[in-house]
Amino acid sequence: MPTQTTLWESLRRLYPHLKPIIPRLVLGLFAALGASVMVLAIPQVFRVLVNDALAEGQASSTVWIASGIVLVLGVLEAVFVALRRFFVINPATTVETNLRTSFYRHLQNLAVAFHDRWGSGQLLSRAMSDLNLMRRWMAFGAIMLVVDAITLTAGVAIMFFMSWPLALIFLTAAVPVMIYGFRFRTSYSRVSRKSQDQAGDLATTVEESVHGIRVLKAFGRSREALDAFSDQAEELRETEIHKAKSLATFSLIVTLLPELALGASLVTGILLAVNGDVTIGGLVAFFATAGVVAGRVEFIGPLLAMTFTAKTAIDRHYEVMESENTITGPPDPRTLPDPHGEVTFDDVSFRYPDAKDTSTSVIDGVNLTLRAGETMALVGVTGCGKSTLLQLVPRLYDVTGGAIRIDGIDLREFSLEELRRHVAVAFEDTTLFSNSVRENVLMGVDAQDDDDAILTEALDVAQAHFVYSLPEGVDTLIGEEGLSLSGGQRQRLALARAIAAKPRVLVLDDPLSALDVRTEELVEERLREVLADTTTLIVAHRPSTVALADRVALMENGRISEVGTHTELLARSDHYRYVIASLTEEPVDLDSELEELEHNDQEARA
Amino acid sequence: MSAAPKQEKQEKPNRRTRAGQPPSIISSGVSNEDEVMLDRAQNKSVRTRSFKLLGSLIRPNRRQFIWTAFLVVFSQIARVAGPAIIAFGIDHALPSLLQGDSALLWAAGITYLIAAVLAATLTAGYVLAAARLSQEMLLDLRLRVFRHTQRLSLEFHEKYTSGRIISRQTSDLEALRELLDSGVSSLASGLMYMIFTAVTIFVLDWPTGLLLLVAAIPMTFLARWYQKHSQIAYRSSRVVSAKLIVHFIETMTGIRAVKAFRREKVNADRYDELAEDYRKVTVRSINLNGVFQPGLVLIGNVTVAAVLLFGGFRVLGGSLEVGALLALLLYSKRFFQPVDQMAMFYNSFQSAAAALEKVSGLLEEVPTVRPPKNPVPLKDAQGLIEFDGVEFRYGDGPVILPRMDLTIPAGQTIALVGQTGAGKSTLAKVIARFYDVSEGSITLDGVDLRQLSPQDLRRAVVMVTQEAFLFSGSVADNIALGKPEASREEIEQAARAVGAHDFITSLPEGYDTDVNKRGGRVSSGQRQLISFARAFLADPAVLILDEATSSLDIPSERLVQQGLQKLLGNRTALIIAHRLSTVEIADRVLVVHDGAVVEDGTPADLISGNGRFATLHAAWQDSLV
Ligand SMILES: Nc1ncnc2c1ncn2[C@@H]1O[C@H](COP(=O)(O)OP(=O)(O)OP(=O)(O)O)[C@@H](O)[C@H]1O
Ligand SMILES: Nc1ncnc2c1ncn2[C@@H]1O[C@H](COP(=O)(O)OP(=O)(O)OP(=O)(O)O)[C@@H](O)[C@H]1O
Ligand SMILES: [Mg+2]
Ligand SMILES: [Mg+2]
Repeated sequence: MPTQTTLWESLRRLYPHLKPIIPRLVLGLFAALGASVMVLAIPQVFRVLVNDALAEGQASSTVWIASGIVLVLGVLEAVFVALRRFFVINPATTVETNLRTSFYRHLQNLAVAFHDRWGSGQLLSRAMSDLNLMRRWMAFGAIMLVVDAITLTAGVAIMFFMSWPLALIFLTAAVPVMIYGFRFRTSYSRVSRKSQDQAGDLATTVEESVHGIRVLKAFGRSREALDAFSDQAEELRETEIHKAKSLATFSLIVTLLPELALGASLVTGILLAVNGDVTIGGLVAFFATAGVVAGRVEFIGPLLAMTFTAKTAIDRHYEVMESENTITGPPDPRTLPDPHGEVTFDDVSFRYPDAKDTSTSVIDGVNLTLRAGETMALVGVTGCGKSTLLQLVPRLYDVTGGAIRIDGIDLREFSLEELRRHVAVAFEDTTLFSNSVRENVLMGVDAQDDDDAILTEALDVAQAHFVYSLPEGVDTLIGEEGLSLSGGQRQRLALARAIAAKPRVLVLDDPLSALDVRTEELVEERLREVLADTTTLIVAHRPSTVALADRVALMENGRISEVGTHTELLARSDHYRYVIASLTEEPVDLDSELEELEHNDQEARA
Repeated sequence: MSAAPKQEKQEKPNRRTRAGQPPSIISSGVSNEDEVMLDRAQNKSVRTRSFKLLGSLIRPNRRQFIWTAFLVVFSQIARVAGPAIIAFGIDHALPSLLQGDSALLWAAGITYLIAAVLAATLTAGYVLAAARLSQEMLLDLRLRVFRHTQRLSLEFHEKYTSGRIISRQTSDLEALRELLDSGVSSLASGLMYMIFTAVTIFVLDWPTGLLLLVAAIPMTFLARWYQKHSQIAYRSSRVVSAKLIVHFIETMTGIRAVKAFRREKVNADRYDELAEDYRKVTVRSINLNGVFQPGLVLIGNVTVAAVLLFGGFRVLGGSLEVGALLALLLYSKRFFQPVDQMAMFYNSFQSAAAALEKVSGLLEEVPTVRPPKNPVPLKDAQGLIEFDGVEFRYGDGPVILPRMDLTIPAGQTIALVGQTGAGKSTLAKVIARFYDVSEGSITLDGVDLRQLSPQDLRRAVVMVTQEAFLFSGSVADNIALGKPEASREEIEQAARAVGAHDFITSLPEGYDTDVNKRGGRVSSGQRQLISFARAFLADPAVLILDEATSSLDIPSERLVQQGLQKLLGNRTALIIAHRLSTVEIADRVLVVHDGAVVEDGTPADLISGNGRFATLHAAWQDSLV
């Protein structure tokens, strides 16, 4: 649950961005005040011109002059209206854009662990609609609120000046309004927070429903997805209506009480006038002013609502901006222009941030050394922690114990930029982008002259020649996440991408799983050349992939239990034979599992 | 109601584009979504379809709509009454009180209170009613868009990207919501106000009334100018914001790759550019409004000056009282006051119209894979699949599956093997009717797939896709996707059968553990096991497994295989796998090459022969050592 902050606290966070534009906001405020003054003054000018000038001076020149004055005032009003916009629009949109881009930068820098927790829709709603709300409030709401406050104060002061007893009656109405205003603030802020959060979650659901459309279609579950979405959308609707109720109640009180007070003033005023305490002219003037004041009061509700919504938007924005980037480079990074590529895991342990304290670590004291240029296969059953270990190398997550070193230097001493230049990854789920093949493959390559050569080479190693027969060759746009390619085609592009980066350390997570045996052989043949002098950690589920490696590390429950060549391990380790070989001899500790299976079997039959 | 008059205006010929335009496609869907300058016919068609959409949203809520309109009218009347009662009090109650009669005073006081209470409650009621109406319409539209995007075929989704759909569902709907929330109320109250004052002015002095009407001429021109430009500006704003959203979503979804390949800088530069574009179009639309609104104020004020000039001379000529002139001036000024609000309305209207163009375009897209009008019922499918002269290509691309005939008898287990990119998944996808075949037909139990209702088809045919996608939510929920009404026992049963039960129970909250977005909380092999359990639970007559075990280690794969053997019993199954261990449980092997079935036979026959499969199998056996 978000922590409660006051409006001022929220605004203070925004202050650094507001500071440079404050002069223009103030100018905008003056323009808005000018326009309000015109609105108030023009009727008075009419009165003076018509009642005094026209009624007395019977010359046509008087008419011309009077009309001229009215024309000038009218033009002035329009100019003020235009000026307000002119002063605030550019700065407000600039602030909005700055916030938006810094938000994006910050998100890109935040650790993967952060992104594991946050749905993209939720983030999107903060990047788009929250910032829109904020801009609008800056350019309009804030200024109008101040203008309103000034007009109200001035109006009430004038009313006091005209007749203090009547003004006092009017003012008593303000007390309950203020008290209720505080309640409104808390309740409205709460629902508006809820509604903005729900809107974000709804966007997340949309995002998931589109990305998962294949599964939904495969199982014919669009109906259920719609129902779930519909429930969520209905909740949002309820919150919105709740919000409207809160605003309606507040508006009711804000408009009703002053009006009731005015009614009382009317009766009192007339009684006072009868007693001669006020003049009739004074009474007329008092109510004219009171009318203006009451008219302004009406806008207070919506303006306050806008303000609280903006506050929520600010809070939501800074919630992300203030989440700490847990994975950063050191202030003065070491550099290694040309590393040998020796990678050591020194008593590395890791647990995911959301893990319970009681649970065992996913990676639990891994000691492993990859000699420079060596290829090491990482073998282990599903879920034993292979991918997790791999992701520690480019620091997508940070170790929670021990250290990983390249050439003896702790990863955390490099700048992220440099580290990730030395290390390239091919993930097990191929993440491609809706760009051209070229852009996807050259993602990790800093712009160079021989881009084309690198591209050709990488595609060749990965046996991705199919790209040349795509409609526009390497410039063909591949669909979102590359889903208009076949599984094996995607995987080969992801492999080509890692190779194209020409890293010292290559981290490959089961990179050949979607390839047929023939293609796998071809890829391996070429890959061997690349791997010859690149330090590589490669996750393997099949003996054929293991064949690429110089040595094999066997992983069991987050630990490395054996290291050796394929043949050595085959000879030495039961568990290795169990994991990698198609021999069906099970190690002892798995007997229980089998028993259970048989048990199930019997159950199923029964 | 509010939209109708504007609509006529929209449809008048737009002088800007006329000659030399190619004939435009009238029903365009999302095809011209990124275009800002549309020719006349296109413009007309996108606008018409937006208004149709708006109308269809209002129609079911007619009563709420009328009720809201009623509230706004009467709240305005009650509001106007206030000052009139004050004037009455001062002009009449005061003198009569001086005569000693206090009845009028109390009458004025009480009427004022009643009017005040009425005005306040009606206004509050209106705020609430309007919110209900707008939320009802938004909900309706949200669901429609959601339902429709779910209905659209994969072919569409491959091109359109999720970011765009999200942008339709978020920022475009936001624009509509603004119109409904604030725009309509300013229009209604402004309009009421103008009508009241106009009537008063005409009653007081009709020549002045006519003068005010003259002001309508420049206002119309200004509004036309504004409409033309703001339409383009808001359209650009929709287009650019969609681009921004697409980029944003793609970055967040692929954040690992972004980081690992140091794309942050390039991405941020691109995003800066887009955000700057977005800022520019926003500024453009605000600036247009910044000319439009003061322009209207100016025209109004000039007219007021003209009223003074015209009236002043009549006063000099003696045909008009000074008092009447003052009243006319005040009323005229008041008459133009709501123009501000009207401008605001028109502004949000333009913005919403641009958004509706996009949303209605999406809704206009026709799914290429359509459910039949008169489905042939298929209660208990046996699972006989026949290909009759089938040919397939993606859209208008090259032929992927050349003409083929194929019969898969009910209950047979088929192993589909072949090189990557050969067309195995494609073959599977046409059987699951993700796509419709380009030529020929595929039948299930003798019924063309295109004649089966989606429900029957999905009950009969289930496919586990190559991408094991999990939704955020618990493990149990994800498995239950295969059969929403399944009990916890059934779910666990399915998980056991594929060997997933053990790892699931070792998760912190067992079956209730949230797998996070896209199943990021579990390993990829575990993801495949869950997807597999899903299919197991669905229990279809035809099961298609596309590389469903590719990320599993050998022992897990073996477990799955054992489960599979049990599951497959008398089911038709199509198993795609590069690891030929599946072949062991297959009755028949199909070797696909360049989309064609080049070998077809029992595993034993093919292995002992000397075709492709024999070589493939030998290579595979070699790879195992
Ligand atoms: N983001 C996460 N948060 C918490 N736990 C996680 C997360 N990702 C993975 N795990 C858990 O950590 C363990 C190791 O997962 P990992 O992905 O490293 O397995 P793996 O060895 O790569 O398996 P596979 O062969 O299936 O890919 C698994 O039990 C998994 O459930
Ligand atoms: N959605 C699509 N749009 C256009 N072309 C596609 C689409 N999906 C696949 N293709 C193309 O069709 C051909 C066959 O792809 P398919 O996915 O059927 O291969 P596959 O046999 O399943 O390969 P793999 O073993 O790699 O998964 C490939 O050349 C691929 O690029
Ligand atoms: Mg893994
Ligand atoms: Mg495939």
